[in-house]
Amino acid sequence: MKPAIRVENLSKRYRIGTRTHPANRNLTEAITDGVRRLFRGSKQSNGEGDGTFWALKDVSFEVQPGEVVGIIGRNGAGKSTLLKILSRIVEPTSGRAEVRGRIASLLEVGTGFHPELTGRENVYMNGSILGMSKREIDRKFDEIVAFAEIEQFIDTPVKRYSSGMYVRLAFAVAAHLDAEILVVDEVLAVGDTAFREKCIGAMRSISNADRTVFFVSHSMEVIISLCKTCVLLEQGRVRSIGDAKVVVSHYLSGALDEATGRFDLRTHPYRRGVGGAKILEAHVSSEGNSGNVLCSRTNATFTILVEPARPIRSARMAIAIEDAGGRRLLTVANYFHTYTFDILRTTEVTCNIPNFCLAPGRYLFSVSIGTKHDGLLDSVDCAGWLEVTTSDVFGTGEPYNPVYGPVLADSTWHCV
Amino acid sequence: MSVVEPQVTRPEDAVLPSTATAPESSADDLPLTVIEPRSGWHVVDLGELWRFRELLYFLTWRDVAVRYKQTVLGVAWAFLQPVATMLVFVVFLGRAAGLSASVEHYALYVLTGVVPWTFFANAVTSSGNSLVANERLITRVYFPRLIIPLSCVGAAGFDFAISVLLIALLMVWYGVLPGLTLLAAPLLIVLLAATAAGVGIFLSALIVAQRDFRYILNFGVQLWMFATPAIYLPPDALGPNSRLLAALNPAQGLIFNLRASLLGGSLDLPALALSTAVALTVLAVGCLYFRAVERYFADII
Repeated sequence: MKPAIRVENLSKRYRIGTRTHPANRNLTEAITDGVRRLFRGSKQSNGEGDGTFWALKDVSFEVQPGEVVGIIGRNGAGKSTLLKILSRIVEPTSGRAEVRGRIASLLEVGTGFHPELTGRENVYMNGSILGMSKREIDRKFDEIVAFAEIEQFIDTPVKRYSSGMYVRLAFAVAAHLDAEILVVDEVLAVGDTAFREKCIGAMRSISNADRTVFFVSHSMEVIISLCKTCVLLEQGRVRSIGDAKVVVSHYLSGALDEATGRFDLRTHPYRRGVGGAKILEAHVSSEGNSGNVLCSRTNATFTILVEPARPIRSARMAIAIEDAGGRRLLTVANYFHTYTFDILRTTEVTCNIPNFCLAPGRYLFSVSIGTKHDGLLDSVDCAGWLEVTTSDVFGTGEPYNPVYGPVLADSTWHCV
Repeated sequence: MSVVEPQVTRPEDAVLPSTATAPESSADDLPLTVIEPRSGWHVVDLGELWRFRELLYFLTWRDVAVRYKQTVLGVAWAFLQPVATMLVFVVFLGRAAGLSASVEHYALYVLTGVVPWTFFANAVTSSGNSLVANERLITRVYFPRLIIPLSCVGAAGFDFAISVLLIALLMVWYGVLPGLTLLAAPLLIVLLAATAAGVGIFLSALIVAQRDFRYILNFGVQLWMFATPAIYLPPDALGPNSRLLAALNPAQGLIFNLRASLLGGSLDLPALALSTAVALTVLAVGCLYFRAVERYFADII
């Protein structure tokens, strides 16, 4: 089967230069560029010097029909630029993309909604802008209105709608699009919880309906639950691509030093606490395995490098493990037991978990340090990831299936 | 093990079967869109415009519908504007300057100039500003950008159609009958619309990059009216040579001949030919320029 989307070395350069008369820039530039082109016979413009930056640089990937692909990355990583290029709103500076099938882009909820028009009129307006034919809208109109739950207000101008109603109607139109490829930007972060659930449900049925979906979100939970594949963008480049859970764990965790398997947390963004100590590095290992790969049911050892600003008496430390969707699976802490200790200088603290009880999969761990008196000093969420691999969890050759759940437990059985 | 293999439908499980059943042949038949940097000049993709004709209709309809929402007089505003302009001309040029002496039914004469001019001016102004006004559409959705200025010409055409009824009423009042030349009227109206579209398209693309042109647009349209003597001067006010020269302004030749066709006068064919040539040139240049720069719209708007 041919890929639904093939992207090759896609790059987009923006100008950020501020010249004295920005308003005059384009005209003069157009003229000088034109003249230059005449003389050189090429469209090569001035180099990559200051004043330009690459919002997207040499991005390549393929998406198969029916695949639901999440795009993640921090602000400014190039997610929206990628979506805009794929929806043909902006043109790439270089590279090429091939899109097979009708593409509908949903970069904003309610594009083309006019406050003076009624709900009914806006459904037609918006549907038409998103690429639906009038006949298609006629056919789906009742469904759209029912989905938005605004039957009785459909002939009221939308300027009198509450913002929730407005957004519901707008999403309802988009959810009934029939394109083979759907490009969706962070639009689910709208409405109340119940409606958000409904939107995610709609997204899920869209992705089950054989359609290729491109989906940008900052909610890892949503990404994990909707997407099988994920692309992580960083400063305009693809940092990793592949299984959504793996990519999300890469994205969330600290910088991993591949050689030592240590996560450098000095500049990790997800930090809380009042200060007084800083968690510098974290590392996890198990018997016979290097780096952050563990075997189920063996001893797992976490090593945490802590730098106290001043001596800490009776430090309370904890490690929590979550799945890639953000669900907490377990927490271990020294103060659950009586292991509190003093940390007087930069120290490596180790924590040993015997018979590590998580099933094969990819997990994220968080670390924190505090005292009873001062509370939380430093806490790093999603400090690093760990991968549990094993071919024989139960030691009997019985294969492990993810539907069994993430926690392993011993059991003995008797038949009376 | 079947007891433990639960029927839990997890998203990743649910995706699998549907992917597997994807009909292979249909995916390969789908239209292929290639996205890559373009450069140089492009002619208008009429096929694509035709595919988006419903959007053109809806945008035109939106402009019309929104304009008269929450107004008391509603659509009456469509002819109040030309009527007011006509009254000013009748009072000051007709009475005070005595132009009405040389023209029969000066009010009707001026109205048949003012109505097409109002259409032309509104179409140019609104389509010229249209891209900036629809910035959100341009940065959020793809469609042929030409649709936006074209829809503004369409919306101005709606008002024009209403005002034409006013002309018809006044003709009945004065007992003026059109002649055979009325047959030329539809073509003249199309040409006038094409001129307005050409100017509007050109200006809209310029305004995206340079907001200066907005001021040129507003001011220029005012000047343009006075540079179109066909609106208010009697037909023989200009000599044959200067009449032809004035037809370099496409609005001049088209409005002059449109009036002649409505009121049963004779057409000024040389002026019409010259104005038509200029009008089509403006349209072609406007479209070419628009197509050449439209790929930057979303970046610089």
